[in-house]
Amino acid sequence: MKCKICRRPAAIEIRRHHAVFCRDHFFEHMTRQVERTIHDYRMIEPGDRLLLGVSGGKDSLALWDLLTDLGYPVDGVYIELGIGGERGYSSESRQLAEQYAKNRDLHLRVVDLATEYGYTIPEAAAETGRVACSVCGLSKRYVLNRIAHDGGYDVLVMGHNLDDEAAMLMSNTLTWNVDYIGRQRAVLPSTDQGLVKKVKPLLRIAERETAAYCVLKGIDYEVEECPMVGGNTGIRVKQWLNEMESQRPGTKQQFLFGFLDRVSDQFASAHQEQVELQECDNCAQPTTSDRCAFCRLQVRMADSE
Amino acid sequence: MKVILRNPRRELEIEGALSVREVLRRLEIIPETVLVIRDGELLLKTDAVAGSDTIELRPVISGGGR
Repeated sequence: MKCKICRRPAAIEIRRHHAVFCRDHFFEHMTRQVERTIHDYRMIEPGDRLLLGVSGGKDSLALWDLLTDLGYPVDGVYIELGIGGERGYSSESRQLAEQYAKNRDLHLRVVDLATEYGYTIPEAAAETGRVACSVCGLSKRYVLNRIAHDGGYDVLVMGHNLDDEAAMLMSNTLTWNVDYIGRQRAVLPSTDQGLVKKVKPLLRIAERETAAYCVLKGIDYEVEECPMVGGNTGIRVKQWLNEMESQRPGTKQQFLFGFLDRVSDQFASAHQEQVELQECDNCAQPTTSDRCAFCRLQVRMADSE
Repeated sequence: MKVILRNPRRELEIEGALSVREVLRRLEIIPETVLVIRDGELLLKTDAVAGSDTIELRPVISGGGR
């Protein structure tokens, strides 16, 4: 197969775009897709200070690379979750994130959940009996917002890709969780002074493409799956969506962008009517109850020691 | 050919030369869910894999809390 632009030998096929690209034109395609997403959804204003959540995986490192090449100054924050012990998953992911930042001379802040908040994800999952992904998601959302807010950043940039968002929408649609559907957006605006605006510039990019980007660019990323992810329904839903995608390329993109561009507003009004934010009595971050879920978890972990 | 799979990491042997598409079909793997890598290069579904080659089928689906 040959690149559709220059006819040189191809490096990747993207079926939903009826496109085959060589390495260089694939990089150009990725850059254009990210640029277009940022522009169409007004994700970033000139002069915004940007903070990227970096996991050491393919999505966040590819996004850091793309945004840096586009000329955006982006700092990164890595949250050390304490998964897999001293030489395990978290420690390896952290090294990969640090290595990338060092290679490109970018600023990466590392926040250790154990030292700064007193627990690790395996400990919290064991203590609460909750699925690890649930306490992990809660912890990451809180800490990322907190670091962005306290650091004076205008925008928190996330590496959620087309597959992540389509799978999230599919899960919430299958159960008609209208509250969650109402919250799904390309841009989560700052609805409270304690909440930093959150954006997802990889919405148009499938995860196969971020992985390919890293391989072709020589970016080392964490290839292994998190050892605590077993039974995660998100992965199963992604698999179903990919089965549909292979029968009918473009399904994931149509599903997600049909929702974001034509349907999401109808769910948003239902969501907004229900939500009233107040300050957490412990950390002063915005929450819907007296004390935020993160502080309740943190107190519970401190009590369990 | 030798095929390296991940998560968990394991290896298997397939007899003879095949196209990437045929390798994935035999292993019942959806092409959208993996990268096929040989010597650091990405392969396309029409590429041929020789009996003496080693290829990695690297999963691209990741899950987790968000």
